[in-house]
Amino acid sequence: MNLVSTLYVMALSGCAVAAVAALLAPPRARLHLAGWCTAGAGGLGVAAGVAAVMSFGSSWSAWLPELLPLAGVRLAIDPLGGVFIAVTGVVAVCAAIYGIGYCDHGLDGRVFQSVLPLFVAAMLLVPAAASVSTFLLAWELMAVSSLLLVLAEHRRRAAVGGAGLWYAVMTHLGLVTILIGLVAFAAGAGGESFEQLRAAALSPAARTVVFLATFAGFASKAGIVPLHVWLPRAHPEAPSHVSALMSAAMVNMGVYGVVRVGLDLLGGGPAWWWLLVLAAGAASALFGILQAVVASDLKRLLGYSTTENLGLVLVGVGAAGFFAASDQLVLAALALAAALLHVVNHAAFKTVLFLSAGSVLHATGTRDLDALGGLRTRLPYTTAVFAVGALCASALPPGNAFVSEWLLLQSLIHALPGSGVAGAVTMPLAVAVIALSAGLAVATFVKAFGVGFLARPRSAEAERASESPPTMLGAMALAVAGCVALALAPTLVVPALGRAVGVVFPGRDVVSGELTLRLAGVSGMISPLLIAIALLAAVVAVLGLVRVTASRRARRAARLWDCGAGPMSARMEYTATSFAEPLQRVFDDVLAPESDVDVTPTKESTYLVERVRFHARVPDRIEHRLYDPLIAAVSAVGRAARGLATGSVHRYLGYGFWALTAALIVLVVLW
Amino acid sequence: MTGVVGAVLQVIVVGVGSPLLVGVMRQVRARLEGRAGAGVLQPWRDLRKLMRKEPITPRGTGWVFRAAPLVLAGTALVVAAVVPLVTTASPLDGVADLFAVTALLALGSVALALGALDTGTAFGGMGASREMTVLALVEPTILVSVFALSIRAGSTSLGSIVTATVEDPLSVISPVSVLAAVALAIVTIAETGRIPVDNPSTHLELTMIHEAMVLEYAGPDLALIEWASAMRLSVLLGLLASLFFPLGIAIADAGVLALLVAVIALVVKVGLLGVLLSVGEVFMAKLRLFRVPELLAGSFLLALLAVAASFFLA
Repeated sequence: MNLVSTLYVMALSGCAVAAVAALLAPPRARLHLAGWCTAGAGGLGVAAGVAAVMSFGSSWSAWLPELLPLAGVRLAIDPLGGVFIAVTGVVAVCAAIYGIGYCDHGLDGRVFQSVLPLFVAAMLLVPAAASVSTFLLAWELMAVSSLLLVLAEHRRRAAVGGAGLWYAVMTHLGLVTILIGLVAFAAGAGGESFEQLRAAALSPAARTVVFLATFAGFASKAGIVPLHVWLPRAHPEAPSHVSALMSAAMVNMGVYGVVRVGLDLLGGGPAWWWLLVLAAGAASALFGILQAVVASDLKRLLGYSTTENLGLVLVGVGAAGFFAASDQLVLAALALAAALLHVVNHAAFKTVLFLSAGSVLHATGTRDLDALGGLRTRLPYTTAVFAVGALCASALPPGNAFVSEWLLLQSLIHALPGSGVAGAVTMPLAVAVIALSAGLAVATFVKAFGVGFLARPRSAEAERASESPPTMLGAMALAVAGCVALALAPTLVVPALGRAVGVVFPGRDVVSGELTLRLAGVSGMISPLLIAIALLAAVVAVLGLVRVTASRRARRAARLWDCGAGPMSARMEYTATSFAEPLQRVFDDVLAPESDVDVTPTKESTYLVERVRFHARVPDRIEHRLYDPLIAAVSAVGRAARGLATGSVHRYLGYGFWALTAALIVLVVLW
Repeated sequence: MTGVVGAVLQVIVVGVGSPLLVGVMRQVRARLEGRAGAGVLQPWRDLRKLMRKEPITPRGTGWVFRAAPLVLAGTALVVAAVVPLVTTASPLDGVADLFAVTALLALGSVALALGALDTGTAFGGMGASREMTVLALVEPTILVSVFALSIRAGSTSLGSIVTATVEDPLSVISPVSVLAAVALAIVTIAETGRIPVDNPSTHLELTMIHEAMVLEYAGPDLALIEWASAMRLSVLLGLLASLFFPLGIAIADAGVLALLVAVIALVVKVGLLGVLLSVGEVFMAKLRLFRVPELLAGSFLLALLAVAASFFLA
């Protein structure tokens, strides 16, 4: 037993203790017991992950043949898995502490409280699995436990059931394709441990099949277009700390899968695989942020922003694979490090955002931005927390996403010489996509923060809001501290990520420098700390200048001028919908918004109108065009097949007879 | 040493000179339109008047509204210090990256938009919404033109790009630079809110962007915003001049004399660009808001062409 394994086993046992405690403890103690145990387990997970990345002690692997019939359980933690374990651990700590306060209102049931630690355990297991059977088992445990958590509030809202159904179907279709891919891989390799898979010599066609099948499954878990449809449904309907766990930790497993299977086990592949990954990532980045910018449901907006960010991550992963395929290992390592850094950063700010959105939901009972506003005075801490999260998510300095997007852009920009025509066409487009999504992300989060938290309340619920309990605030503060640390000192994290990159592209230094990120191998540097200090100094200087030169008169409060108009009502304020209207109009062709005017005339009159009602919504177009016809076709087949089952036993016997005969005939003819 | 002195010089020149630039531009417009004009010093007189007024906070606004002018002016100052206007040797090398500069300017716009949303007035919301729309569409053009320019220098650091141009001045007339220059010029106009994207001298028109956001500000707050907007205009014009016409910029380890020459060159270049811009504004009308995205899409296309050209000419 070395340090990594000790910590890791303790983390898993912590999850088990939390689950048992939640089952057995009396209702009053249940929340605290389960919450703190899960948080402790998460903390141990962080320690295990960090230890694995830094490789204190040799890397660890274990084979437990008794635990599972036939295959046994095989675990191994390398720096790559360690990164994902550490990220999961941090998110779990914040979510678990937050849950203690958040679950007070009806979520303190035995089942919900004990499934949450199991979900965390499953997410800690996935990056540690070292054989196909273990991996699939952990993956399925993650899917089922998260499904149960999504369904937690199904008695309260009808929409939860629908979201759960979408999630169940998508996640299990994903499992099926991963299963097909990995089982085919294992069959070709003649063994199912990851070491055997790494050593396998498969034909190019078989490798392509394995890659495409697993990529489809992992992409659906990561919420990549067009397999993202579960995400904007499940994230809003799940309890907020579960949304944070899913959006900040679970979707990362999709990225982990692509990196592990594609780059590590298959050892890279032809350039077109990775261009496919890059294209899927770019499409999701754009589609996700376009939907987010017009969304007026706060948590749905955050869900679409997850699609965007995971898209950016996949752009990085795809670029890494592409560079590796064209023998530019320096850039490949840089792109992968940028992708991993974005995973870490996204986890940090998405935890902050979902937890503060949950705090808003807790205080007001609504997620509709059009009905919020004015929370600045009523929820001061939540507002500050959301402000930090929004700054980080919109990729502006001094936020953390700015650093990872900068790193990603650097890897793409240095690509041109020598990457051939494909690179010359792809990389500028990828840069443009990242830039456009960054610009739209700014608009999205200005909308979310400006409309949701500033100005004056637009509804009675927002007016009556009161601040959340201390456990929720504490968890949010913890997440904010993580964000700030990542934003100011990415140099502490990036070298560690360099070790994780080393699993795939060995022997490469990605960056150097203590305070300034200096890229190794290509020229480029940035210093987030220096930017922050310079900004702070400039603001202080401006403040001093104003103090010296401005009049000494005291600040006076006055009525809003509003161009001299009368007193304003809250109905005159810009809402989220109106804020996004220009962008919606610019991207009309892509978004295809729907509007509808219902005119109800007064009885027995065509001219006197009783009510005119205007509906406008922006449906998810992919869902509309791709899934609706598919679902319609499936249900048509189902309806048509209903005629086969009439209830007559004779008929069923007849089916059996004919089926048997047909099978025999086929066997005779073909054998 | 040159770097620190240069940066301080840049901040002083931009801070003092930018209201004068605005004054010159207004004067040129006035003369071309057959008016006498208010004089070049008028923006400074306006700032002095505003600074003497009592600060007013509208009821119902909070810390975001109060902080927005400070952040806007702060970002403008930082950008003025790091962009190579007078010298290519920036003391803040880790900040003087074209991405960072773009993002810092965007941060200023975001602060102002949030301040506008915080008032809760319909005008504030409208201005913020339009500003964010333009910002979102401007970003891709900037980054893709940066891509085109940084290929030659092998780096996105502004100092390296300008140094590369100083060493090889003829590279500016390559198709890459010309296309990127046009794209960046359009973007600069959009970012600084000039005609044909926005009209800086209108009030209470439904077409305005920037002015709608600052309607609730008064006194010293308004003075800060006006000053910061002037600084952003001169920094962006200066950046355009440095990237495509870096004549006279002091390189690292240049003496005091070189710095003085560089300051004069900067004033002349930015002044010329400002005059050109205001002459153009006299002969142009403001575009409809929903025609602006077409203009920006056009500039984006130019930027993409610049990258394509840099590949085929490499």
